[in-house]
Amino acid sequence: MDFALIVLIELLRAVAGLVLIAAGLAIIFGMMRVINIAHGEFLMLGGYTVVLTTKLGVNLWVAILVLAPLFVGVFGIIVERCIIQFLYNRLLDSILATWGLSLLLIGAVTVVFGNTVEGVATPLGGFDIGDYKMASYTLVLIFAAALILAAIYAVLRYTRFGLIARSTMQNPGMAEALGVNSKLVYMATFGIGAALTGLAGGLLAPIAGVVPSMGVYFIGQAFITVVTGGSAIVAGTLSASTMLGTLSQSITFLSGPVFGDAALLLVALILLRLLPQGITGRIFSRSL
Amino acid sequence: MAAPGYWRGVALVAAVFLAILLFVPAWFDLFEVLQMTQYVVLALYALSLAYIWGFGGIVSFGQAGFFGLGGYAFAVLSINMGDTTVPFLLTIALCFAFAAVLGYFMFYGRLSDVYLGVVTLVVALIMWKLISHTAGPEYAIGKARLGGFNGIPSIPIMRVPFTDREMDPGEMFQYFMGLLIFVYLLLHVLIRSKFGRIAISIRENEVRTGLLGYDIRRYKLLVFSIGGALGGASGAMWATYQTFIDPNAFSLEMSAKCLIWVMAGGVGTLVGPIVGVVALQYLSLKLGETAFINNLVILGIVLVLLVLLMPRGIVPTLHDWLRKGIALVRQPSRGGAP
Repeated sequence: MDFALIVLIELLRAVAGLVLIAAGLAIIFGMMRVINIAHGEFLMLGGYTVVLTTKLGVNLWVAILVLAPLFVGVFGIIVERCIIQFLYNRLLDSILATWGLSLLLIGAVTVVFGNTVEGVATPLGGFDIGDYKMASYTLVLIFAAALILAAIYAVLRYTRFGLIARSTMQNPGMAEALGVNSKLVYMATFGIGAALTGLAGGLLAPIAGVVPSMGVYFIGQAFITVVTGGSAIVAGTLSASTMLGTLSQSITFLSGPVFGDAALLLVALILLRLLPQGITGRIFSRSL
Repeated sequence: MAAPGYWRGVALVAAVFLAILLFVPAWFDLFEVLQMTQYVVLALYALSLAYIWGFGGIVSFGQAGFFGLGGYAFAVLSINMGDTTVPFLLTIALCFAFAAVLGYFMFYGRLSDVYLGVVTLVVALIMWKLISHTAGPEYAIGKARLGGFNGIPSIPIMRVPFTDREMDPGEMFQYFMGLLIFVYLLLHVLIRSKFGRIAISIRENEVRTGLLGYDIRRYKLLVFSIGGALGGASGAMWATYQTFIDPNAFSLEMSAKCLIWVMAGGVGTLVGPIVGVVALQYLSLKLGETAFINNLVILGIVLVLLVLLMPRGIVPTLHDWLRKGIALVRQPSRGGAP
């Protein structure tokens, strides 16, 4: 019984992890069809923000929940203004440019902070389930992932900005004809996507080693989740994360973390063979 | 199509390469020959992407997957078999088959460009992760231990085909250069064949080509597999040239470099990417000597600038500017004529 609970929490943690690292990417991809290869480096910047500000004495939660998203969000807007805005409708070029940005960021951060692992201690301690011990922070991650998805859904569904964003996503020409400044919408969307990514990076900082190249460990999973999910932001991220997270975590239980990743890829490949537009291309295709 | 002029250009390039093959080992010292061998291997690697991207419209973001697979397959096979000729051929066949299987999922699922790029990228990433985690002694194939992050050392040096004699650096350079010339010519023949023309028409307009009755999935699959085989061959050559291979052969940086070389040289040419390799590798070698500039920073800046300023590549863009310049100079005289 206790063991079953542990397994359940671990599965939820795997799903939450995928939601966290993929949400920002999904927003940017779903809204503007831009795949941001520098996504992993945005996570890394979020992680570094937390590490550096806590060293300066800032409260850990302020660093994670406020400073990391703020910094990476502003950085994202700068990137959008300097690079991405010239490359809308040039899908391939936008991918290549963000790849360049990714290499540039890894290199630059390595030069400034060195190629060493930084970290912050995991807060909150742990609790017992029967004979097992569990880190309380795991529950924070699961809660945060659920909250992020709910927030994205609420903003898209119930606010004026969400309405404008959805209309721009559906038909930019028509939205513009009705007086929407689509450039501004794109800029804001990229900023929000980046901010969410920064938040995810901050949340991951206490459990992952923060190194300049840490992005590499996450982007594979993030891309696969987004591509498998398809273009619907919330439904796609949620369905793909649930399916892939559960599967890969189960494989991890059985045979170790390396094969969990490989299984994730294999499942995604087969899924894409069956549903080339992602899960939400055919099922839930009218959802958000 | 101006076929005679086309083949004249190809013959000229091949002749220049042949001259390099014949004279470099005699005229340059050992260090420079080794350096140039490296360029030749990487040039073949660049050709693998230049072909599938420029003449099939398939942008693989994970070409390093084949490069690394080729390197590791060659290492394992040659260490176990004690020979290099057969392992080299087997490696190429293996990479062709792997690309075919991967391509089946991608092309028969009709994945669009972005998805295809992302899937290839992730495949290379996962291979990198898998191979990095093979540190223990239990991860061994025959006599070859995979070695995790440390890679596989003491890979046999390429031998003169069907003999037991190891090549000296000069011979290896000539052998690899010969292979490069062979592949260069082969690809040109392929591009000008019926198969190649159909592949190009798929790049130009996939829907129309499909409606004309060609099975585009099959053509794309074959183009991609040929690219995979070439990538694998270059990986095997890299392994024997270094007598060492490590997981970085699979890295994103390795995939990115390939894209950068091809972009710099110009998509849609074969000689451009070769020039791109030599120019950019030389640049990073020279800049790398000044220790405070990180190599990744240079690569990143080059890639961003290429995309923003010269999306068609350096050579075609300069060519365009030159033509515009000439037209600008000529225009007044033409306008003045009654």
